[in-house]
Amino acid sequence: MINKSAVEMAEALNKGEITSVELTKAHLNQISEVDGQVHAFLHVDTQGALDQASQVDAKRSAGEKLSALAGVPLALKDVLVQKGIPTTCGSKMLEGWRPPYDSTVVRKLKENGIVILGKTNMDEFAMGSSTENSAYGPTKNPWDLTRIPGGSGGGSSASLASFQAPLAIGTDTGGSIRQPAAVTGTVGVKPTYGGVSRYGLVAFSSSLDQAGPCARTVLDAAYLHEAIAGHDPLDSTSINASVPAVVAAAKNGNIKGMKIGVIKELQGDGYQAGVLKLFNESLDILASLGAEIVEVSCKYFDYALAAYYLIAPSECSSNLARFDAMRYGIRSGQGSAEEVMNATRQIGFGREVKRRIILGTYALSSGYYDAYYGSAQKVRTLISRDFESAFKLADVLVSPTAPTTAFKIGEKSNDPIAMYLNDIATIPTNLAGIGGMSLPSGLAAEDGLPAGFQIMAPAMKDDLMYKVGAALEAKLNTKWQGPILNSAPKLGAK
Amino acid sequence: MALKYEEVIVKYEPALGLEVHVELGTASKMFCGCNTVFGAAANTQTCPVCLGLPGALPVVNGKAIEYTIAIGLALNCSIAPYSRFARKNYFYPDMPKNFQTSQYDEPICTNGYLDITIDTDEGSKDFRIEIERVHMEEDTGKSLHMGGEAGRIHGADYSLLDYNRAGIPLVEIVTKVVNGCGKYAPEVARAYVSELRDILRGLGVSDVKMEQGSLRCDANVSLRLIGSEKLGTRSETKNVNSLKSVERAIRSEMIRHAELLNSNQRVIQETRHFHEDTGLTTSGRSKEQAEDYRYFPEPDLVPIAPSKELIAKIASTLPEKPSVRRKKLQEAWQVPDKEMAAMINADVLDLVEATVKLGADPTRARSWWLGEIARIANEKSVAAADLAISAADVAEVIALIVKGELTDKLARQVVEALINGEGSVAKIIETRGIKVVSDDSSLMAAIERAIAAAPDVAQKVRGGNIPASGALIGAVMKESKGQADAAKVRDLLLKHLGQG
Repeated sequence: MINKSAVEMAEALNKGEITSVELTKAHLNQISEVDGQVHAFLHVDTQGALDQASQVDAKRSAGEKLSALAGVPLALKDVLVQKGIPTTCGSKMLEGWRPPYDSTVVRKLKENGIVILGKTNMDEFAMGSSTENSAYGPTKNPWDLTRIPGGSGGGSSASLASFQAPLAIGTDTGGSIRQPAAVTGTVGVKPTYGGVSRYGLVAFSSSLDQAGPCARTVLDAAYLHEAIAGHDPLDSTSINASVPAVVAAAKNGNIKGMKIGVIKELQGDGYQAGVLKLFNESLDILASLGAEIVEVSCKYFDYALAAYYLIAPSECSSNLARFDAMRYGIRSGQGSAEEVMNATRQIGFGREVKRRIILGTYALSSGYYDAYYGSAQKVRTLISRDFESAFKLADVLVSPTAPTTAFKIGEKSNDPIAMYLNDIATIPTNLAGIGGMSLPSGLAAEDGLPAGFQIMAPAMKDDLMYKVGAALEAKLNTKWQGPILNSAPKLGAK
Repeated sequence: MALKYEEVIVKYEPALGLEVHVELGTASKMFCGCNTVFGAAANTQTCPVCLGLPGALPVVNGKAIEYTIAIGLALNCSIAPYSRFARKNYFYPDMPKNFQTSQYDEPICTNGYLDITIDTDEGSKDFRIEIERVHMEEDTGKSLHMGGEAGRIHGADYSLLDYNRAGIPLVEIVTKVVNGCGKYAPEVARAYVSELRDILRGLGVSDVKMEQGSLRCDANVSLRLIGSEKLGTRSETKNVNSLKSVERAIRSEMIRHAELLNSNQRVIQETRHFHEDTGLTTSGRSKEQAEDYRYFPEPDLVPIAPSKELIAKIASTLPEKPSVRRKKLQEAWQVPDKEMAAMINADVLDLVEATVKLGADPTRARSWWLGEIARIANEKSVAAADLAISAADVAEVIALIVKGELTDKLARQVVEALINGEGSVAKIIETRGIKVVSDDSSLMAAIERAIAAAPDVAQKVRGGNIPASGALIGAVMKESKGQADAAKVRDLLLKHLGQG
């Protein structure tokens, strides 16, 4: 059962073929079998999950009307607060902290009866593309345990790829849902900014952060998307509009006559040949389904990475100021408040976090603000305009999700720029606030590792990417004779 | 030897800059739903948002925006169609997020003015104080530094933090540089804060209690030689907690600056703290190395874009200006300028007005609030409004006097008892056994006794020496323990002795 899709599990629950407690136990069992190797979870809430599952079972037996995914388990990225459950953001700083409140995403998951198995590993405060920056050690890619599972949400993607959970929640500031999905052969969606509430999402970069669904199929992601999305009065940047009908779009999958724009700037140099080949094959499939493939140019995308690495660190330097040992988290040092703050931040934050805080502090400093933060915001506007023009020529835009397949653990740890370049194709959507999806495009010829196909849609038209994604997924599954994860190596009993 | 103020003003021209912080009287905080009641037990009015817990997000209090727009309109400001919050970044333990959500280069109200009048020996003088901006921000928590030097973080053994105040909506009202006040600078500053306070009170947006910190004034002062164009170096004085202190602090800073300048020393640009007891300021934080707050637009909030309709609606509900109201009251009550100024200075105008509204005669109402009650308030060093006596109490007392049920003397006892918290007027009269003795027969008996005790005095009165009756009246009053109506005693006595 754990190899099925979330929708299939929900059907089995509905038909009474299995209970939520049984399904949850099966996943808890898989976690104890394989997570020693993968290290996807930072905290497994065995009792909480079983309690939640038995409540759903009780409601089902009582004949209550339940939501689509009720009773299906899920893995939660450790950047979203859940009342009473340790939330570390992959940082030593928050070791031992148990939040006194639920994030809106968690509240919605609970309301939908989705069973939260535990909290997944991540790059510290979501800063990274490999999950190597976690203070609690890296997560391994289930396809090859010597490789990274992507980041920052590597724990969530790896939990899906190793069948420890059929659903997961990620957050995406520059690609942290999509790039891990790409390198683990799973599906990940960054909704339109403001589509899912950020209340209770520990902020890295407020104007870029967005929580979204992670799954093994496009339809599963759509169901989870509808469960967590919607206007939230607790988040001022939440969009007050109805949630795009993504489930209907994922079930429809008719792309005949749709215009699909290939972004010229997101291919070529720096992209692995096998990844590009898979991308082009996917384009052929979409064309065969009746879509019209057009080429578009977004010339300011060349500046996206630079703008991102000014805006995100600037916001993070301010967002992370609250970690000062005064109210929660760890405390170190003696003497004055200032000395304690210093000592705590010294040992509480890892190298990448410190690097970005320093970068951001510098970029916002008086005399540098206009040249750095100010210019970056202008670039951001230009990138949004690039997207607007491109969306006049095409309904959705596409690119490879990441330039390469999963790299080796440790390979890029000492080269931040090389690491940052991994997000070159995902960052523009965050800067523009639009939606992006990654789904598997196949296994690259060079290394047999999964690659991702990215679909981007205009703001609040998230349904379009589900439609295209579902169409492509169906064709590819036929070609592969089943989901790509069937080809993943079996983990567990050594 | 300290310089005299008169010596300062013949040589130097002061420039002022006043920053007034006002805690808005909204029921909930600026960015969350927590209560704002003053004086609650520490850390009981907090939530994830105002504690800055990881993941929590701010949501703007719409009422606070409306209040701020009302303030802007009352101060003749332009209301920005689009303004934003910004983050002011610095580390301090009582600031939960280590940034203050404030407004920076895009404030909601700009370019206004406030006209004030001061009463001088040369007659009344008018000044226009130009307002640079009115913006919104959140208050910080409160630190209580224990041990070490009194109240300072440096050298303290430990500090206690109370976040009840964190996130209370604050409005900051900043003037442009105020020039041309000359020797009247301290009075002008006081009158400005006083007028501003009346406006804010009239708007109902704050309880404007300086002692509780719901209205705080920072006074920037600099001096330059008379005739010189270039502004001198300024100091910024904080901790100015009353109208009187505004005046004293500025006067004291002007003297201090002049002493430095006269001896060729530099005025240091710094924050100074005013001390009520000495009337002097002491050095706080130096601002010579300007702190870099790394302001940037608050990404967790959307811009504030009040509709024209909202602004028009707020404008249509503004109360009349205090100056207009005062003029109307003065005409209605037929009060001379000096008396009017006295009521404003003693801060009893609202109380007198309320008392009159309850049916009291304006002259009597004024003399009670300005006389006996103001005297007691002064003795206790509190504002008349904070005494345990209300306009309704005073109106009731006056009504009893008019009816002849209280004499002025007895009324004073009632007023004192009211202020001591002995209960309602009726209860005080009852428990203290206060009543005017106006029963003729019992008064006559007392008069007879007084005459019998001093026949020689009575004889003088019979002989036409009316002033001599004072001794007899006094004796009667003494016997009645002050409860007799003295005028009535006089009438009866004189009639009895053939002088009526």
